[in-house]
Amino acid sequence: MAMKFEKTGDNTFMLDVTGYVCPHPQIYCKKALEKINVGDTLELVFDNPSSGESITSMCATTGDQIVEKAEEGGKWKWMIKKV
Amino acid sequence: MDALEKRNSKWIYIILAVFSVISIGPYKLMDEYYIYIAAYMWFGVSYGMCLQYGRFCFASAFRDLFAVKVPRMVVGIMVAMVFFSIIGAFASTMNASAFHAAPFGFHSTIAGLLFGIGMTLAGGCASGSLYKIGEGNGVSVIVVLSLSVTQAVFVKMGGWTNNLMPQSWRDKAAQATWIPAKVNVTDGWVDQYLAGHVWPKPAIQVAELPWAREKFGAARFFIGDSLINTIIPAALVLVVVYIFWARKNYHNKMRAEGRPVGGLGAELAGYWGMIMSSKRTAIAGLVLGISAGLHMFVMKKLQLAFGVHNFGELMQRMGITYGLSAKGTVFDPGYWYVTTQEAQWVGWVFQRLGIDMMDNIYFGLANGVPNPLFNPADWMSLGLIGGACMMALYQKEFKFKKPTKELAMWAILGGFFMGLGSRLALGCNVGAFFVRISMGDPSGWMFGIGMVGGAFIGVRFFNWWTERKMAKEMAAFDF
Repeated sequence: MAMKFEKTGDNTFMLDVTGYVCPHPQIYCKKALEKINVGDTLELVFDNPSSGESITSMCATTGDQIVEKAEEGGKWKWMIKKV
Repeated sequence: MDALEKRNSKWIYIILAVFSVISIGPYKLMDEYYIYIAAYMWFGVSYGMCLQYGRFCFASAFRDLFAVKVPRMVVGIMVAMVFFSIIGAFASTMNASAFHAAPFGFHSTIAGLLFGIGMTLAGGCASGSLYKIGEGNGVSVIVVLSLSVTQAVFVKMGGWTNNLMPQSWRDKAAQATWIPAKVNVTDGWVDQYLAGHVWPKPAIQVAELPWAREKFGAARFFIGDSLINTIIPAALVLVVVYIFWARKNYHNKMRAEGRPVGGLGAELAGYWGMIMSSKRTAIAGLVLGISAGLHMFVMKKLQLAFGVHNFGELMQRMGITYGLSAKGTVFDPGYWYVTTQEAQWVGWVFQRLGIDMMDNIYFGLANGVPNPLFNPADWMSLGLIGGACMMALYQKEFKFKKPTKELAMWAILGGFFMGLGSRLALGCNVGAFFVRISMGDPSGWMFGIGMVGGAFIGVRFFNWWTERKMAKEMAAFDF
């Protein structure tokens, strides 16, 4: 499945990197967070466990907040607010 | 317990039962020597569990540092090396180390560079790709296949590739008359590279240097190999990582909390905070390091108990001679290793198909192409995959993932570069970096420098590639 980056609302965006392995999910996530504005929320969908660990550390470093984490059947949906 | 947990538990028990039968059956019914294979396999299981638990991938260590400024994996690897070096020094002191230093030279750095590019493109290092197979990742299967085929093909290649090597290497290789004629050392570019260029270089282990022997005596393994070659450089690497990738954010955090910034105490707290920022990775690193040290200790003790230096001798005692090298050996490193046994899978298949894979140093003189059933290091890799699979099932992270065309392309290309780098360095991120450094061989750092450079190049390339794709997606909207 190809990567999808969409605007889903006034201040919300969706990045779907399902099927991608390292380092793609974390690089796409970083770039998406760089593109959106402060206060916007990114919905990140991915299924590569090790990317989750890197993205958590990345957000801890940048200060961006992971406000919600959901998991179903080896697929994760995280809501990240750019701070 | 929900339905998924029940199903996963069932599979964990099945895998455990299969490994148990494989361990006990041949040992009880056929020969006690099979305990040797079982030992490799169970240490493989422990590596797989640690790697999956800590998402422990050497590729991510340097790649994520450059790509997303995340230092967690560098920390994990340094922690693992420190603990491995301590257990390794203990094993060396007890005369229970199977380690041999590798030739020291700039070739390791070039090999590391190629390997670093490969692991970044592939999305995982050699060990990382193996554990990700255990998570059900189809891309990693392609990576491992590409890595294995590349190695087997390159060590076999002769003909026109001979002309790629300098005449002086060919001449020097031809002087190695002790190598049996059937290996045909003058035909094959890897053979000429090994016998004509790499082997004449000095192999260094800090503890075995004359000044270290004289100055530190029995403590030389702890001071030379562990402290000087591993702990101090690892601590310095983490200082560099802290200064360039973690310090600024730590200061910002301190300021935001209204706490004073600066001073040695605060910097040390920040340094320690960086190390402990991913407990999961640090714990995995600690257990991995201890496992790797114990593995070496156990294998050497088994060799001493059976009175052999290599599993090939045990195979001969059991009447199994197919695929043994000219020296009567098979690949039996005595510690954690990844790439050679994978190349042997392909070598064995080619040999069975009628292609002579024994006319080169790699297979013919050193490692052989034994039936995978009797190849101890093969079982370490299978154990690693099984261990990672059990941990992924336990954590509800197992998922079959079909590779896309794009990822398959990166996997083939990445596996190719990793295969090439592995053969030029005589090992991968585990054998040429992790084990060598921890056991006091500075050539591991030479490989590491190259690997960092390769990761940097790989990240620059992927930054360009992903930026291009993002731009296409974003053309449809504005911010």
